[in-house]
Amino acid sequence: MSFIRPNIRHPQLAVNDLGYTRANYEGALSTLCAGCGHDSISAAILQSCFELSIEPHKVAKMSGIGCSSKTPAYFLGNSHGFNSVHGRMPSVATGANLANRDLVYIGVSGDGDTASIGMGQFAHVVRRNLNMVYIVMNNGCYGLTKGQDSATADRGSASKKGIPNPYSSIDLCETAIQLGAGFVARSFSGDKEQLIPLIKAAVSHRGFALIDVVSPCVTFNNTANSTKSYDHVREHMNATGTFDFVPLKEEITTEYEPGQTEEITLHDGSAVRLHKATESLDFSSRRSAMNEIEKHKEKGEVLTGLLYLNPQTPDTHELLGTTTTPLNQLDKDKLCPGSKTLDAINDSFR
Amino acid sequence: MHKIAAVNDFVIKFANINGTGSASANNMFAKSIFRSGVPVTPKNIFPSNIQGLPTWYEVRVSEKGYLGRRGGVDFMVATNGQTMMQDFQEVLPGGYFLYDNSKPLAPKYKRDDIHLIGIPLTDICIQEYTDPRQRQLFKNIIYVGALSYLLNIEFEVFAELVQDQFKGKEKLITPNIHALELGYRYAKEYYAETCQLKIERRDLNQGKILVDGNTGTALGAIYAGATVAGWYPITPSTSVVDAFEKYCKRLRVDPANGMNNFAIVQAEDELAAMGMVLGASWNGARAFTATSGPGVSLMAEFLGLAYFAEIPGVLVDVQRTGPSTGMPTRTQQSDIMAAAYASHGDTKHVCLYPANPKECFDMSFNAFELTEYLQTPVIILSDLDLGMNDNMCDAFEWNDEIDYNRGKVLSTDELENLKERWGRYLDVDGEGIGYRTIPGTHPTKGSYFTRGSSHDEYAAYTESSEAYVRSMQRLEKKWDTAKTLVPKPNIRIENKQSKVGAIFFGTSTDAAHEAIDLMQQQNVSVNGLQIKAFPFTAEVEAFIAQHDTIFVIEQNRDGQMKTLLVNELQLDPARLTSVLNYDGMPITATYIVEQIEATINQNKVTPLQQADRG
Repeated sequence: MSFIRPNIRHPQLAVNDLGYTRANYEGALSTLCAGCGHDSISAAILQSCFELSIEPHKVAKMSGIGCSSKTPAYFLGNSHGFNSVHGRMPSVATGANLANRDLVYIGVSGDGDTASIGMGQFAHVVRRNLNMVYIVMNNGCYGLTKGQDSATADRGSASKKGIPNPYSSIDLCETAIQLGAGFVARSFSGDKEQLIPLIKAAVSHRGFALIDVVSPCVTFNNTANSTKSYDHVREHMNATGTFDFVPLKEEITTEYEPGQTEEITLHDGSAVRLHKATESLDFSSRRSAMNEIEKHKEKGEVLTGLLYLNPQTPDTHELLGTTTTPLNQLDKDKLCPGSKTLDAINDSFR
Repeated sequence: MHKIAAVNDFVIKFANINGTGSASANNMFAKSIFRSGVPVTPKNIFPSNIQGLPTWYEVRVSEKGYLGRRGGVDFMVATNGQTMMQDFQEVLPGGYFLYDNSKPLAPKYKRDDIHLIGIPLTDICIQEYTDPRQRQLFKNIIYVGALSYLLNIEFEVFAELVQDQFKGKEKLITPNIHALELGYRYAKEYYAETCQLKIERRDLNQGKILVDGNTGTALGAIYAGATVAGWYPITPSTSVVDAFEKYCKRLRVDPANGMNNFAIVQAEDELAAMGMVLGASWNGARAFTATSGPGVSLMAEFLGLAYFAEIPGVLVDVQRTGPSTGMPTRTQQSDIMAAAYASHGDTKHVCLYPANPKECFDMSFNAFELTEYLQTPVIILSDLDLGMNDNMCDAFEWNDEIDYNRGKVLSTDELENLKERWGRYLDVDGEGIGYRTIPGTHPTKGSYFTRGSSHDEYAAYTESSEAYVRSMQRLEKKWDTAKTLVPKPNIRIENKQSKVGAIFFGTSTDAAHEAIDLMQQQNVSVNGLQIKAFPFTAEVEAFIAQHDTIFVIEQNRDGQMKTLLVNELQLDPARLTSVLNYDGMPITATYIVEQIEATINQNKVTPLQQADRG
């Protein structure tokens, strides 16, 4: 897929609080297949950052290897990007975050990159509660190597090759909840209405935020027998409710029926407002989240939307007691103890 | 019967059981000699075990200042029944064997060429202490007290050491000094004229320190301004990060708010440790990790990424005996090739080879300067012998005038005032090094995409053969720049006319210098060169060209440094003769002399005779 994006923009394009238009958040042209779910997710990330008025240069885009991991080139062109090695984005993101806690870290990964080769790093970045958004573009297959099943492919689901997957699938949301993530959501690349507020809330959440986005592979896994095809997901998707992200500055005016609506304030003062479809889900309970996910699975459904939220979990820097100034901004005066101290240290070795 | 008699020149070995508290007693012994002003080299020979297996501590005392391992044992302190026979046999004729004679020595311990010194360690302890743990711990202190008498080490030196060691735990000072006295008195009463090995006070350790190399490396990182460490526990490198953390807690906690001006993360494995280093370095912090051979194998993929995407990062490899798990608590210099060429594709990495803790400190600082200037990983190749043993060396030095050189990094102003289009991988200065930017620097300028896939000068993905070749050639140019920046070798010319040279590095250095001295005493002149870095500088090449016969002394089976020299300098392999020690024990000077002389005799090389010298 290659064409040229015209350089002309509508003169009255909307601007955000920083005076930027969406164009300031665009990246290079996508080279993914036409109709790839990943491009919709890229667009949702772009739109979220635009609406949140995040300065593009204050975002670092981290990825591993695979179709999904290419996408950071296709959004936020004014942000630094780091396309690392397969399955190892979490450790690179950890190092980057340790060096500068003030940037927004958006990690993009795939189901192979996360659930297979990167399963170990994924588990541990969750445990560290690194302050980052971790988006999995989950299509249940390896696109770049032509459609092999991945570890998130449901048992019995068949891709273009037609052979049903015999293995159990890994549910990344359940894994993340079990490992202590504070923000866990699932979405669908075809549901922008749901995905954008989820991304905005995930960016505002301090700590590790996972959004597992089912994102059909049009070329290899959009078949009649695949549980990750556009049709299947649309037909079997069931949301936990509708979801609004309320930025800090916005006054909350609408009244909702108590019981069905829950509002959770995030660390930065913004809030998520949930209009629950089901009374049985308690977003602050890991057990409840697991139950709901499993309940829907039993019915052959995909539960989407926010699944679990605990805004109070301490992130890596809090756990380590790191200073509030980004470490990469400390100068020699702060870091080097000087020759007199070294003399005293030498004396301790005598 | 012959008695080994020597002043300030002998080897004493302690045979202990791991986990019985012998380590601190033995350390105290080594430090007493250091404080007596006499050069000393202690070496821990320990098992991969926490408790119960045999462990030894070998101390060489050398007034001449030879710090390599000597080999041979003049005095054995045997406290371990499991190895007693082996320890008994190891004592040189005329030597001394100190043992616990609470029970008589079995009849099989029969040698009429060594001197037995029985001290009833167990009996004394049973008599003095009721607590079983104390009985165990003070046994060690009692034999140290006995040695104070036997070797004539000033008792006050021990008294001071005990006071230093238990600062803050004053309750423990008196009982420890008492235990020392118990041993001292017993030896004085029963072995008054037995031992002819003596320590005499000298003043040879002015300006010296006794410290392990890993502490030197860690302090170098602190002084270099390293703020991020990602690591995974592995012997013998763990104490690098332990020491880094210890000194960070002392020196890097903000007094205003108690917050840390550093971040140390124990990673899930070595891959993640290296990933963290690269993420942090990419983001403008100085970051490092420490590991050993198995970790280097795991980090290879990331090292290739860092080489190709040009990301700084410092890797400390404290080598141990390979291959595979090998002998995790024994030393070797066997990651030379694995480090130099780590990762697939055409990769090569800057390596530094420290020989003592002072060089660990200096090279650690230097590694951060080099890695940021060259925008490529730098690997420090220490080893277990250097990293975990106390080594005597010059005190660490720091010049407060020196500023960090963070390399070619564009500031906000520089980005704002750019006159021409910036390209991350454009070679502006002809050094093969581009200007990099740190995320968050400028709102609209300087962002780029870092990747391990092929990229052009502007960091854009490319599959153009021309662009790929250009970038590989530029990396080669950067390599040439590295040759001018890495530490130059130490060269020792015994005689300008000599055509025999020896090349060595790291922990082979002390033994090699001693070997050169020994050969010189036999009128055989061998010139020496200590390699300090890879890529090899012009001096290394010149030294090899000036000598007909070159010995390469190293501690691995395959002659890895020789291979590296042959490969990189396009040498005829026949010009280089390997002297290899790879049994896991530090190399000795006598072994080097034997090997070199055997080759000289076999090849009928006529080294310059020194009759007319001086």
